Amino acid sequence: MNALTKPLNATEARRAARNHILTPRLETPFHPRLAALDVVNDWYNWAGYKAPHSIFDEELEYFAIRSTAALFDISPMVKYRIKGYDAERYLNRLTLRDVRKLAVNRIHYTAWCDDHGHVLDDGTLFRLGEQDFRLCCQERHLPWLLDSAFGFDVEIFEETEEIAGLALQGPTSHAVLAEAGFAGTERLKPFDIATFPHDGGPGCSAVTISRTGFTGDLGYELFVPRAAALSLWDRLWAAGAEHGIRAIGYSALNRTRIEAGFIVANADFVTAEGALRADRVRLPDEIGLDWLVDPDKPSFNGRRAILDARRNQSLKHILVGLEIEGNIAAEHAIVYHRGKREVGLVTAATWSPTAKRNIAIASLERPYGTKFVDDLWVEIYAMRELKYQKMMKRAKVVPRPFVKLARRTATPPGLR
Amino acid sequence: MQRYDVLVVGGGHNGLVTAGYLQRAGLKVAVLEKNGWVGGAATSRELTPGFLYSNCSYVCSLFRPEIMRDLELPRHGLQVVAYEGGAVLTRDGDYLASYRDHDSHRREFARYSKRDAEAYERYARDVTRQCRFIQPLLMRTAPDPFGFRPRDIAELVYLAKKFGEFSPSEMAETLRFWTMSISDFLDEYFETDVIKAYLAISGIIGTALGPMSPGTAYVLLHHYMGEVDGSVGAWGYARGGMGAVTQALASSFLAAGGTIRTDAAVAKIFSRGGRTTGVVLESGEEIRANLVVSNADVKRTFLKLVDEADLPEHFVHRVKHFKMRGSSGKVNIALDSLPEFPALPKGSSCIRGDLHFTDSIERMERAYDDWKAGRWSADPMLDAMIPTTLDPTMTSPGKHFMSCFVQYCPPKVQGRDWTDADRAAFAETVIGQIADYSPGFRDRIVHMEVRTPRELEAEVGLTEGNIFQGELTFDQLLFNRPVPGYAQYRSPIAGLYICGSSTHPGGGVMGAPGRNAAMEILRDLKRSPETMSNAHDVI
Repeated sequence: MNALTKPLNATEARRAARNHILTPRLETPFHPRLAALDVVNDWYNWAGYKAPHSIFDEELEYFAIRSTAALFDISPMVKYRIKGYDAERYLNRLTLRDVRKLAVNRIHYTAWCDDHGHVLDDGTLFRLGEQDFRLCCQERHLPWLLDSAFGFDVEIFEETEEIAGLALQGPTSHAVLAEAGFAGTERLKPFDIATFPHDGGPGCSAVTISRTGFTGDLGYELFVPRAAALSLWDRLWAAGAEHGIRAIGYSALNRTRIEAGFIVANADFVTAEGALRADRVRLPDEIGLDWLVDPDKPSFNGRRAILDARRNQSLKHILVGLEIEGNIAAEHAIVYHRGKREVGLVTAATWSPTAKRNIAIASLERPYGTKFVDDLWVEIYAMRELKYQKMMKRAKVVPRPFVKLARRTATPPGLR
Repeated sequence: MQRYDVLVVGGGHNGLVTAGYLQRAGLKVAVLEKNGWVGGAATSRELTPGFLYSNCSYVCSLFRPEIMRDLELPRHGLQVVAYEGGAVLTRDGDYLASYRDHDSHRREFARYSKRDAEAYERYARDVTRQCRFIQPLLMRTAPDPFGFRPRDIAELVYLAKKFGEFSPSEMAETLRFWTMSISDFLDEYFETDVIKAYLAISGIIGTALGPMSPGTAYVLLHHYMGEVDGSVGAWGYARGGMGAVTQALASSFLAAGGTIRTDAAVAKIFSRGGRTTGVVLESGEEIRANLVVSNADVKRTFLKLVDEADLPEHFVHRVKHFKMRGSSGKVNIALDSLPEFPALPKGSSCIRGDLHFTDSIERMERAYDDWKAGRWSADPMLDAMIPTTLDPTMTSPGKHFMSCFVQYCPPKVQGRDWTDADRAAFAETVIGQIADYSPGFRDRIVHMEVRTPRELEAEVGLTEGNIFQGELTFDQLLFNRPVPGYAQYRSPIAGLYICGSSTHPGGGVMGAPGRNAAMEILRDLKRSPETMSNAHDVI
């Protein structure tokens, strides 16, 4: 419940919410449409929501992202709204990048750290207005966000359940938006946001569309109040009929995000508030987020620890992209130097159908990955008919993204 | 006259654990139990026809799985079944539930505060970190910091190394955690009173301290470091009541060739020339043995069973000042039908878990104020369970057994002994509280057993009725439990050992003191503890 939707009587609201126990896996606002299309019944638990691993065929869903248009339900993503006179100053102190440089109707990818410079989470920051922001992320941080607001004139609400989100990704995604009558989306550059008219029933006359996504492809993300979710889905689905639109699950999306070189909290790194073991936390520079840190902006949380670690060269880890020989995905494989010394772990891996390469994201212990980048190997255990085929494969450190598509940034965007 | 290698005084769970290990190591062991049954504080008794009562301890989590395996307790009938959450019923007719499902748990907390709902993750992480530090210490004999033997030094180094694995800020957190009040600790995470009240319960159970007393955060930890089959912090019911734990231990011990004598209360433990020679029973029968292991608490053992004159002066002084301080009572109720709690949704899983009626820290602290004044709490803190919702073996279908742990309840009523009238009034306070939330509750009662510290001491043998055989405060833990210099299960009398919860790591039907004592005895006998598997790693 937040201030925007708070009922007049808090006790009544508390009682009304008792029945949550009947649905321990909440259905997202788009669930009726997903369930109707779903033929494989392969659901998983995404932050307490029922979410699809796959809708019909993981392989074909991947090609929908890379060849036509794919709809992916991002409603379970945790969303916070931050408003008020000090919102910019507050977020500038909270996060690593300079929020003063984030214009209204723009988005940037960012991260935030605890006092020791250890990354609490990464996410996207939407500047919806001069004093109005939305922060989207993987984990929950309300106590951290509220405590950090001490002395700032801001209001912070958790709005995960209230806002429905949909990612529309792929080369024909803009064609779908155009067909659906969202005039002007062709002017959206990457990381732009704009609102467009949408008749979503009482209380919803607009949809917020951003040119963002997790696929490294041309794509958009659309946000509406939850009541307007189905009308938005139907509008896109009808418009997409001739543009190859398909609904997809996380497995296909995950392959494209690895191709794009994006990381996932608590998959590619352990968040500082979640880590039980003291050595599992990471500084931004240890997970490839050094480029977010802006030492020139006013003080931000974790600044001293991060800059000290740089100066003292006490950074312990590094996140790298690997290209591995062969075609067997090396998920969670151990990385060796000279085939002997254990130097790290593969956190995500896939065969890339687009790059035609066996790719991986790995966390290495420095100086491996910095000073020593040659002679790296990964040990792959492939279970084949109840027997492990053990392989030691050569790995090469390569820059991310593994797949770079011109259509991702082309403005105006192509229609196919 | 019978002769044994080892006599175990008292057939509680720790005594039976020690006896089981020693018998399996090839010694001839006899357990001497004053009651007509074994079990100590872990019993299932048919106090009214058709109803088995877990009439002292009532839930299981801390009992070490290594012991269950070593002594083959599953083969001897032990099954522990995880239970489902619980609830605090609030005075305004609502409730706060606790659910096993992570997201349901968060949404339930969010009914009261979104902030608290998300803060729970941080709280659980911090408590888990502390548990991970302490868990490996349970199955190790605490070092004697002044022992200077290689073993003690190695053990101190181990402790220092465990501690050294923490970052400096975590070390600071640990020191704070071990000394803080549970109320202060919870204030750092939560803003909602009922949420804090629910989480504080584990910080005061069995302890004569209020939620605002320093040291109660550690008591919470003590209740979190158990597990049910690897699910850390989970609690369960022993199928057949808590007596199933000790029945399995006894059966395992007998199968290994051990001897159990019930109705055999020990009157004295003999010693001659600083060495024990055996015991004499209250019946006058003398039994000789080279080793005697006392499962009785430290006060009973050294102030009643051993001649004070045989002990060093300072040791006796420390034993006399070891804090027992009973703080709780027990009301065990047979019910002819399942009680209804209208505030809970129909079919709620909460009724199969722990139920409470204290919705604020302040009410808990006021309940403690009564204890300080020498009265039982007028508005007590209850930890009530109905294990028969999950265990079909304790009574017939449709009927139920309800266990109510009650706090606070002093060992003496304003300085004088408990009377039967006091006990009846105490029971009425408890039943009255439940009936406020469960209409018709009184009409369902078939039979009831009420235990104040008086009964816990007289029947179970717990001095002052303290369920942990001594308070779990920091001054009485690790190498200070029970007496500095004697924390390694030995005593000033050669051949006399103690193995009960008065020793490290303390109470809670854990079995670890019994196992650690057996380990030390085997060490002294230069026998290899090959029947004892290593403690599970905490990774």
